[in-house]
Amino acid sequence: MTQEPILKGRNLVKRYGRVTALDHCDFDLYPGEILAVIGDNGAGKSSLIKAVSGAVIPDEGEVWLEGKQVHFTSPIDAREAGIETVYQTLAMSPALSITDNMFMGREMRKPGWRGKYLRMLDRAAMEKFAREKLSDLGLMTIQNINQAVETLSGGQRQGVAVARAAAFGSKVIILDEPTAALGVKESRRVLELIQDVKARGIPIILISHNMPHVFEVADRIHVHRLGKRLTVIDPKEHTMSDAVAYMTGAKEPEAA
Amino acid sequence: MSQSDSYESAINRADKVAEFEHKNRGIVGTIQHLLHVNPALVPLIVLVASVIVFGLLLGSRFFSPFALTLILQQVQIVGIVAAAQSLVILTAGIDLSVGAIAVISSVIMGQFTFRYGLPVEVAVACGLMFGTAIGCINGWLVAVMKLPPFIVTLGMWQIVLAANFLYSANETIRSQDIQEAAPLLQLLGAKFSIGGAVFTVGVIFMVLLVVVLAFVLKHTAWGRHVYAVGDDPEAAQLSGVNVKMTLISVYGLAGLICAMAGWALIGRIGSVSPTSGQLLNIESITAVVIGGISLFGGRGSILGTFFGALIVGVFTLGLRLLGADAQWTYLLIGVLIIAAVAVDQWIRKVSA
Repeated sequence: MTQEPILKGRNLVKRYGRVTALDHCDFDLYPGEILAVIGDNGAGKSSLIKAVSGAVIPDEGEVWLEGKQVHFTSPIDAREAGIETVYQTLAMSPALSITDNMFMGREMRKPGWRGKYLRMLDRAAMEKFAREKLSDLGLMTIQNINQAVETLSGGQRQGVAVARAAAFGSKVIILDEPTAALGVKESRRVLELIQDVKARGIPIILISHNMPHVFEVADRIHVHRLGKRLTVIDPKEHTMSDAVAYMTGAKEPEAA
Repeated sequence: MSQSDSYESAINRADKVAEFEHKNRGIVGTIQHLLHVNPALVPLIVLVASVIVFGLLLGSRFFSPFALTLILQQVQIVGIVAAAQSLVILTAGIDLSVGAIAVISSVIMGQFTFRYGLPVEVAVACGLMFGTAIGCINGWLVAVMKLPPFIVTLGMWQIVLAANFLYSANETIRSQDIQEAAPLLQLLGAKFSIGGAVFTVGVIFMVLLVVVLAFVLKHTAWGRHVYAVGDDPEAAQLSGVNVKMTLISVYGLAGLICAMAGWALIGRIGSVSPTSGQLLNIESITAVVIGGISLFGGRGSILGTFFGALIVGVFTLGLRLLGADAQWTYLLIGVLIIAAVAVDQWIRKVSA
């Protein structure tokens, strides 16, 4: 790849006390691709993702977005820069409606005096927008945009969370274990969603333990081991067993 | 190598597994769903039913504009404090210091006027600011210091109540003195009647407060944030809600509303008494719980609290007019509390 990475990390270091979670780690995400990040538990995958999405501040190293160096101090910073993260816990309020959740923290106010002085929310516009975004991603099975998120199935919730990220994430979407809590059928829907989002040209970082899922959707696989990027492999040229072997250290990559 | 990759084939089986059947809810399920969407419905039904029952038993003695507005007057203080309590409980907190804040605010309004000779408007403003400040301290301790709300407000309750007795020297300011020198202190007790119905400014304030808070909670970003913080603070934080500021503003606003209740308290009892309002904590929590707001946060509506306060008022007056022992009121309210929480738990099962 000769392109400039859209999101790039260089020499990232993060220590927690005596534990070094990230040890001079590099990271590259290219435009329009799905990059899977795999690694054993404790390898530092989530520290890496948190470092590029602003959830933790790296001790050393640089993060570049579209060729410009950025210093995120919170996930909100990263979000404003166009990086949306779908957390494993989904970060949704179960008792609130789909619309409320999609716009949480970035509500739209009514135009005119009602928005300005009464600070009234523009529910109609928010609902329309939410409905559009859900149907864009083929989530038409949700009948009522005002139903509480807790009344949705796990897959539907994941769908809403992905739709939220896709609606606002202009540059990068990070998905943390999106299929971990789902059944087979629901996982399938979410994988289709991921493909849909990719088709719209937004690059995706996918963190997953599920090798079949990773190999199915990823364009490149970043293998993380002992706080570093061990290698980046092409899923078409490697088998899942290779990936697992690299991950666990049973096998060394030929050209690291 | 390729042998161990055989699990790859499993993904192709995926389409055969787990179809979702469309649930037919049935009558019970429909009711459950309806209550889930409209949490104020239960207390409204109980309120209407109890008004009808007492109306049938007592006839025009109960079913008159005078008696019905008397209920409003009797619940105004609890109603105002319960509105503050609702905000805090919606954030999955609890405020045990509401009564103490109301009382100390009323004492400050009175003492600043009579001890220091400040203009009464200034004294009232000082009382309101003091209530807000205590609320903000509660909020800061909960949001920033991460102390449990129960502990923070339990401590604050004792501190404020003791400060109240120390500062006021346990001294009551008499009603006649207030009437002569500072009638503004009794403003919220001013009565006017329409037909046979008697209203006070405090009652009007309570109703307006409930309407305004209902609007704010439903139609502003801040209101949605209050629910989100109560529902799941971590999720709210990750979605971009400023959880700390939301909590501090909720406790601060609760303090301000309690101080308003303190002002209304002067109007209601006429005098400024440091020993008044001792039961406001429990009564406000009772109204909130009967009103269907979940003590676990994030669910319920302020209208429910209003209905909850009215239910208590209807039972109190109705049973008194029936000549029943006052203990029957407490007994029935105890039953209502447990029933309300049972209904809340049942409604929550929709999510499963």
